[in-house]
Amino acid sequence: MERFLDQFFNLEVMARYLPDVAAGFVVTIQLALSVIVTGLLLGLLLAVIRAFQIRPVNWLIILFVDLYRALPPLVILIIFYFGLPFIGITMSAFVIAWIVLASVLAAFAEEIYWAGITSVNKGQWEAARSTGLGFTGTLFYVVIPQAIRMTIPPLTNRTIAITKNTALASVVTVEEMLTVAQTSLAYAANTSPLTMAAIGYLLIFFPLTMASRWVETRYAWKR
Amino acid sequence: MDMLDWEVIKFSFFNADSLREIYPLLLSGWGMTIKLCLAVVPLGFLFGVFLATLHSFRVPGINGFLVVFVDFFRSIPPLVLLIYVTYGLPFFGWDVPPFAAVLVAFTFNSGSYYGEIVRAGIESIPAGQMEAARSTGLSRIQAMIYVILPQALRNVAPDLTSNTIELIKATSIASVVALPELLRMGRVAQGLVYNATPLIAVAAIYLLMLWPMVRLLSRLERRMMSAR
Amino acid sequence: MAHAHDIASKFVVEAYDIHKSFGDFEALKGVNLTVAPQELVFIIGPSGSGKSTMLRCCNLLEQPSRGQVKITGEEITSRGVDINEVRQRIGMVFQQFNLYPHMSALGNVSLALRKVKKMARSEAEDRAHAALKRVGLADKAGNHPTELSGGQQQRVAIARAIAMEPDVILFDEPTSALDPELVGSVLEVMRELRESGMTMVVVSHEMRFARDAADRVIFMDGGLIVEEGTPERIFTDPRSDRLKSFLHSVTGH
Ligand SMILES: Nc1ncnc2c1ncn2[C@@H]1O[C@H](COP(=O)(O)OP(=O)(O)OP(=O)(O)O)[C@@H](O)[C@H]1O
Ligand SMILES: [Mg+2]
Repeated sequence: MERFLDQFFNLEVMARYLPDVAAGFVVTIQLALSVIVTGLLLGLLLAVIRAFQIRPVNWLIILFVDLYRALPPLVILIIFYFGLPFIGITMSAFVIAWIVLASVLAAFAEEIYWAGITSVNKGQWEAARSTGLGFTGTLFYVVIPQAIRMTIPPLTNRTIAITKNTALASVVTVEEMLTVAQTSLAYAANTSPLTMAAIGYLLIFFPLTMASRWVETRYAWKR
Repeated sequence: MDMLDWEVIKFSFFNADSLREIYPLLLSGWGMTIKLCLAVVPLGFLFGVFLATLHSFRVPGINGFLVVFVDFFRSIPPLVLLIYVTYGLPFFGWDVPPFAAVLVAFTFNSGSYYGEIVRAGIESIPAGQMEAARSTGLSRIQAMIYVILPQALRNVAPDLTSNTIELIKATSIASVVALPELLRMGRVAQGLVYNATPLIAVAAIYLLMLWPMVRLLSRLERRMMSAR
Repeated sequence: MAHAHDIASKFVVEAYDIHKSFGDFEALKGVNLTVAPQELVFIIGPSGSGKSTMLRCCNLLEQPSRGQVKITGEEITSRGVDINEVRQRIGMVFQQFNLYPHMSALGNVSLALRKVKKMARSEAEDRAHAALKRVGLADKAGNHPTELSGGQQQRVAIARAIAMEPDVILFDEPTSALDPELVGSVLEVMRELRESGMTMVVVSHEMRFARDAADRVIFMDGGLIVEEGTPERIFTDPRSDRLKSFLHSVTGH
């Protein structure tokens, strides 16, 4: 037991690396927030464009969504990070992680928004159009507000799952929490920095996961 | 503009010579990925069914623990869990082979997700089903296996499919702890030929495996929506 | 349907001083019920009077808070009783049928024969076919519940109960979820069962069936038995005000 505590919860080691891990924590938060905001907005934008039912555009959107649903985010991340320099494109690791994860979230979010939009009763469209509201007006004032409600639970779950993937950014050397923890682990020959990172992730995601349970009962998406 | 020269792109991403050189590596990595999936999908699924079944029995005191357990593993990024198991346990002198470490980490992680899905499925079945089964003398476990679960799993088939896709994708994370699976071998190959063709090939193989599943999922989801 | 247990006691069902509370609410406040072999006991009463709860206490789908239940003389409320063994001998038919939607009629009827009575599949299916035939659904064995009418579904549910050859069958409003024109077929099957000597406890609002077929009618209200007697007596000579007003409300004057 003593050995366990010494190896995994070594307070002295933790104190030493706390500032580093805390800095990583901040980067993780920055990355997570950037991904969430841009991903959710881009997803909504795609769903709205899809609602206009322009054939070739829709195919492109479906292709984008399918690709991002079928490919592991880590594979995409690595292709961007190691592949783009071959053709002379270089971006900071943070920006690459941001773009990739935001695109993944956008793809999933688009599917969820789209499912929400199509699930709104046809009568709602007809009622709104009959009052003289145009297509765009109906979409924005009548359909989307109803759709959003039922998309909230699946969107919450998906957002949490994808935002957790910020840890993957460690593979492409973004100085986020896991990277810092791993470096510290190597220096200290002790697992405690990793424990700190784990606690950091729990601090962010445990309340969110709990909240998603509440959201699920509150906005129950009954199929 | 000349940096986006087609010849350069072709050389860096679609290099047939490179592919010829390293394809055995990719095939062996693919084999390992399939082996990993064949182990981790059933394990995670069964663990999830176990968690959900236990939850449905409403044993006092257990359910609160189960919720925390499941949310814990849904809150920790699988990569963190994996690194913890891989680099943490050896400090105890427990030498965990990478495959076992990956198995442990993914069983707990995916089991928690599967568990939540199956739980929702079980809760979607009217209480009368359990009562009818019990009234004929079936035990709680028997009623679960023969009456409740077959219906519950069918009701959540899209979510189960979706989670399975996510799990298969997540196995690529095992590359980080040097398990020689598809992505790992792709990166090894990339180091050999010094261009990105192996990575594109890796992506193509994942597409080959998962695109049909993604399409199937879309169909399942649409069917469920219209069946409401 | 002669069982070794029948000889042990002169009653098939005995329930003494049954209490049942849900939190602070007392749904049953001390109910006694005895059912003799081949008897059909009919339970009536207003909504919320505890009829279903009483029935469900007889096969321990609800655990009574207090009191004792015996089936063919064996006390099932005591510790250490194998409730699954006991439930084979107590059939139950539900208002909502509760058929298993993922199984055919035959699968519904044979499941417990195979898994509880441990019969071989062929033997179980022979018996299930016989039970389906008894309820007039020999030709529906392969159909799934969604392909059957409500009346047919409820008859499959009855077949599921009788296939186990129970000592008694409990019916909880077996016709309440049915369209009026489908009620007759289910009552017909119940009548046939009664004539074959099955012991039955029936909660229902089918007063006409009670008059024709019941040996005894029990009127419950507020978690208690208020009156009981022959159908004749209960329907033509109600004594308590509560029974009078209840009969008044159901016959709709
Ligand atoms: N599981 C439960 N939890 C809380 N209260 C319950 C439960 N089951 C029954 N009750 C309450 O116990 C009382 C008796 O219910 P019961 O279902 O036995 O009535 P009933 O006579 O069968 O009525 P109905 O004719 O409507 O079926 C009701 O007030 C009901 O609300
Ligand atoms: Mg009732």
